Amino acid sequence: MSALLASGLGDFLRDAVDLQVQVDAIGLGAVFALMAVGIGLVFGVMRLVNFAYGQLIMAGAFALAYASDRDWPVGVGIALCFAVVLALSLAMERVVFRPLRTQSAAVMLIATFAVAFLLQSIALLWFGPLGKTATSLVQLNRPVEIGGLEIRKITIVAILTAVVCLALLVLLLNRTSIGLHMRAAAIDAQTARLLGVRANLVSTVSVLIAGALAAVVAVMLTVQFPTVTPTFALQETILVLAGVVVGGMTRLLSATLGGFLIGYVSGLLGGALPSSQSQYLPSFLFGLVILVLLIRPDGLFTRSRGLLERV
Amino acid sequence: MRARRAAVEFLAPALLVVAAGIVGAFVSQTTEIYFVTALISVSTVVAIYVFVGNSGVLSFGHISFFAVGVWAAGVLSIPEAEKPATMPYLFDFLRSTTVGNVSSLVIAALVAGGFALLVGLPLMRLSGLAAGIATFAVLGITNNILRYYEKIGPGLNTFSSVPESTDLLQATVGAVLVIAAAFGYQRSRFGRQLRATREDPAAARAVGVSIYRQRLGSFALSGFLAGFAGGLYIQLIPIKVDAVYIDLTFITLAMLVIGGTTSLWGAVVGALFVSGLDSVLAEMEDGMTILGVTIDLPAGSRLIVVSSVMALVLIVRPGGLTGGREFSLPRLRPAVAK
Repeated sequence: MSALLASGLGDFLRDAVDLQVQVDAIGLGAVFALMAVGIGLVFGVMRLVNFAYGQLIMAGAFALAYASDRDWPVGVGIALCFAVVLALSLAMERVVFRPLRTQSAAVMLIATFAVAFLLQSIALLWFGPLGKTATSLVQLNRPVEIGGLEIRKITIVAILTAVVCLALLVLLLNRTSIGLHMRAAAIDAQTARLLGVRANLVSTVSVLIAGALAAVVAVMLTVQFPTVTPTFALQETILVLAGVVVGGMTRLLSATLGGFLIGYVSGLLGGALPSSQSQYLPSFLFGLVILVLLIRPDGLFTRSRGLLERV
Repeated sequence: MRARRAAVEFLAPALLVVAAGIVGAFVSQTTEIYFVTALISVSTVVAIYVFVGNSGVLSFGHISFFAVGVWAAGVLSIPEAEKPATMPYLFDFLRSTTVGNVSSLVIAALVAGGFALLVGLPLMRLSGLAAGIATFAVLGITNNILRYYEKIGPGLNTFSSVPESTDLLQATVGAVLVIAAAFGYQRSRFGRQLRATREDPAAARAVGVSIYRQRLGSFALSGFLAGFAGGLYIQLIPIKVDAVYIDLTFITLAMLVIGGTTSLWGAVVGALFVSGLDSVLAEMEDGMTILGVTIDLPAGSRLIVVSSVMALVLIVRPGGLTGGREFSLPRLRPAVAK
């Protein structure tokens, strides 16, 4: 840390404002933002932190690898990926989330931990520790040159997809009645139920939307990291969970911004840290997370501090 | 009556652990290792319970204190002649110091406890999800540093040539000591104050309890005990940095939640139950014969069964196997009619 401050701060800043690094960081932030929406949406409606979200992405990635192994067309692979992730999301909601809906946050979190490890060990047994390779979309890794910058196609695709997905979600939440029900359940589940919001429907829909986003993320991540192992997307999920809490879990917007921010910052650090320090990137990131949480425990992008309960 | 209940509250978990130790002494050499591991799990889970159970705040950071204990006890107990082979970049004072079995355990506990105190100073102001993520961040940082900073340990290499001094006796004594510490703490005024903040933070504050101070004390004690458990562990099996990260965090927290988070009895039962299940399944992966039927599971299916059982226990009994209550003897006299 001190070495970085003493010698490298100038270099660090110069690298950090480099446009190439900026574009890559925004691309990573876009993918992270999608994951944050998936986690934040389920948390909003069910007050459940889904640690198994990363394993959904991993399952989708294995579906893509499975399809590319058999030389199936890209479209079929993506369809398989969506089918697998959506089916798993539904099963998870019915078997685990729904019976535990009234339990404490800790019990629900540990239950999603258990689901995560279940899926991970199934993948380990099925595909082995070395995993498989998904190659059908790698041509998206080729760069195109725009204004002297080498931008990988996937970065553009990731940013556009994130924008489109978020816009669709905003429309759904604000312009449809199921969206209204979801927003109502997120604000006050008890009162919403009294007013005729069907809790099961709302939670199923939110888990399905989160699942669809996980499938989208699986497609994007396999382009950038074609080797799919049982721990695929685990590190990313942990970072996004941290980002979502840093941003503020109480609102979907602040959670999404938090997810984007941690992706963006980790992209910046990855691009701008000197190579001697890049192995300590997680420490820098987690250090920042702790710092922000200490200053704003209720989230960086929330409007007011939570009120302390008074006697 | 109260004294008897207190005695039962301590003796039940302690005797269960001693019984496990005695049974372990009569089985074959290859089965004994399962008992030793299970007893170390008891120490670890009870250490986590001291903070998580009494405060009601979920912590993902305790395995970092366990890992610090592993590093301290491991580095200090490897014979000086062996150190350059696995740890060529070690600080001079670590390279030239080697201590005995008991001292290394004490140092492991002290270093981990000090680290927990240091981490807790800022972090104990947080609660809820923010506290969970912040403690996770501590785990991430600790793991990252232990993995790459080779002046304080073997980095990515396996800890080899640590004297294997944790046998069945040491593991049993260790577990009983940790249980005694947890019991002493939860019956003390500090333990009671912390439990009051768990049940009703506002009311506890109103009677003058400082939530921050009580949490901090408990966090440091629980880090101390986790470091001790880490020391016991490294003197049993040579491990590397990946063994003290997310998987261990998950399995130990799951043991606690499955047993019942809010009681010492629950922590001990959960640790022994999950360890026992895991050991039986490990045997089945190698082929095991029960009542004439040979069960031979494919390698790797152990984790699948363990995690499904965990999910199942949580769905069927969300309060854990013990419901989060301490062990108590059934009443001898019928209850007085109201």
